[in-house]
Amino acid sequence: MTPIIEATDLIKRYGEFTAVDGVSFEVRAGECYGLLGPNGAGKTSIIRMMYGFSPLSSGQMFLFGQDIERDWREIRARIGVCQQGNTLDPDLSVEDNLAVFAGYFCMPAPRARARTEELLGFFALEKKRKAKVLELSGGLARRLMVARSLINEPELLILDEPTTGLDPQSRHLLWEKLMALRKEGVTLLLTTHYMEEASYLCDRLMILDYGKILIEGSPQPLIKHYVGDSAVEIEGVDETLRQYLVKNHINHDVLDQRIIVYADNSVADHIRHHFCAEKCTFRAPTLEDVFLHLTGRELRE
Amino acid sequence: MNIQPNLSWRFLRVWWRNVIVYRRIWKINFLVPLFEPAFYIFAFGLGFRNLVGRLSYAGLNLSYTEFIAPALIATAVMWNSFFETTYASFVRMIYQKTFDAMIATPLSLEEIILAEVIWSATKAAAAAAIMLVVLAPLGFISLPAGFLVIPLAFLGGIAFGAIGMLFTGIVPSIDMFNLPIFLFLTPLFLFSGTFFPVSSLPLWAQKASLAFPLYHLVEMTRLFSIGRMETVPLFSIGYLILFSVVFLKLAMLAMRRRLIQ
Repeated sequence: MTPIIEATDLIKRYGEFTAVDGVSFEVRAGECYGLLGPNGAGKTSIIRMMYGFSPLSSGQMFLFGQDIERDWREIRARIGVCQQGNTLDPDLSVEDNLAVFAGYFCMPAPRARARTEELLGFFALEKKRKAKVLELSGGLARRLMVARSLINEPELLILDEPTTGLDPQSRHLLWEKLMALRKEGVTLLLTTHYMEEASYLCDRLMILDYGKILIEGSPQPLIKHYVGDSAVEIEGVDETLRQYLVKNHINHDVLDQRIIVYADNSVADHIRHHFCAEKCTFRAPTLEDVFLHLTGRELRE
Repeated sequence: MNIQPNLSWRFLRVWWRNVIVYRRIWKINFLVPLFEPAFYIFAFGLGFRNLVGRLSYAGLNLSYTEFIAPALIATAVMWNSFFETTYASFVRMIYQKTFDAMIATPLSLEEIILAEVIWSATKAAAAAAIMLVVLAPLGFISLPAGFLVIPLAFLGGIAFGAIGMLFTGIVPSIDMFNLPIFLFLTPLFLFSGTFFPVSSLPLWAQKASLAFPLYHLVEMTRLFSIGRMETVPLFSIGYLILFSVVFLKLAMLAMRRRLIQ
């Protein structure tokens, strides 16, 4: 079966700067795929190439087996894009945002009206149908953004940081809606800074840094492979512990105030008995551990 | 229709978006073209009547108000369309990110730009139609030939909308629109046979006027209003069409350079 997205050796340069540096990946029908990475890693650049906004510096991008650089119009008719910022039309009401957008897909008016009603219902926006976009809260605006990106019943939905800045209620509501869409067979591609969100939603994901793929795979196996069974956080930086970790090639990060050890259960037990003079925290490792361990802890911007 | 492969009739969808937005505010907006000519006619009629007297234009002996009335429509066309594709389009492009959202649909950037220019021409034609309602009953524009001013305003609107869009594709910030307005539009406004006949200028200035798109628009408006003009109709119409096509293409190139990265 043809992959929904097939990217080969993608490169995107802006002048001297290389934002995306030889990225290849595939997204299969019906899965949810995550693009993770620190700010400036190249996520949004990849997405812009995906919907035919940015030309590729080199490489190939195929969606539904069609070349985005040649068949962009046909491809865009089959995808939905929820951009990172708020790109709602402030001159139009909530319902007109949906109905007018349907026009850009050349949807017949009765179909556009029906689809607008469906989406207002699905995203619980009916009471706000006449509201102006500028009056909407962040959560409502984002729901409308996602609703609008679904107007053409896309087979692939691309979401660039769909939950950034949302309160927990709005975020969970959006997750439920995305899960429901996936059940209907919509393929999802999303970027996010929330590792919890990526673990929860994504079947597979990649972590990008400096325009290159660091790792790719399913969340749980990735956690198991890169950080092991458990994470131990030991307060204070103990030199003997550090030497022990280095000598035994145990995965760990040394921070200002603590050491985090990623290890299987036997090593964790050893640490519990020998190095836990002060405060030690044992916890399940998360995708965030993988992310920070691989991309480092320095600020990017 | 295909000047280039990225253009299709789909652009009308973007034009329609602007119509929907305008329908909510038209009641305020149509007051300007209704009152503006009335003010000018009133002011010039009263104020200049004793200073200027009558003047001769293309073999006609005209009062000053008879002379400037058609030009008022032409200049309104210029201001309306130019302001629409500069300030209004810039706000949609940069502050509202309306174009960003459109580019994620099967619309091309060229269709969005074309739609904006055609919309500015639509507004210009609407303004011309409203001014006609004021100027025709006063006897400044003879009907039915005067109705041709409306499609002419549409063509003029495309020409000035396209120039405006070209500047929108170039200016770094919205404040910079002052520059083309004072260095380009204001001279056009004054030296295009609007307030005095170009034939009364020195020869070199007369020749320079031939390059001004507003001059040709004013001339054609006079032809349809009072039946006479100084230039050749086919030349003036041809110039406006050529000007529109060239600047539309330049505007599309500038916007592509600006937005697509």
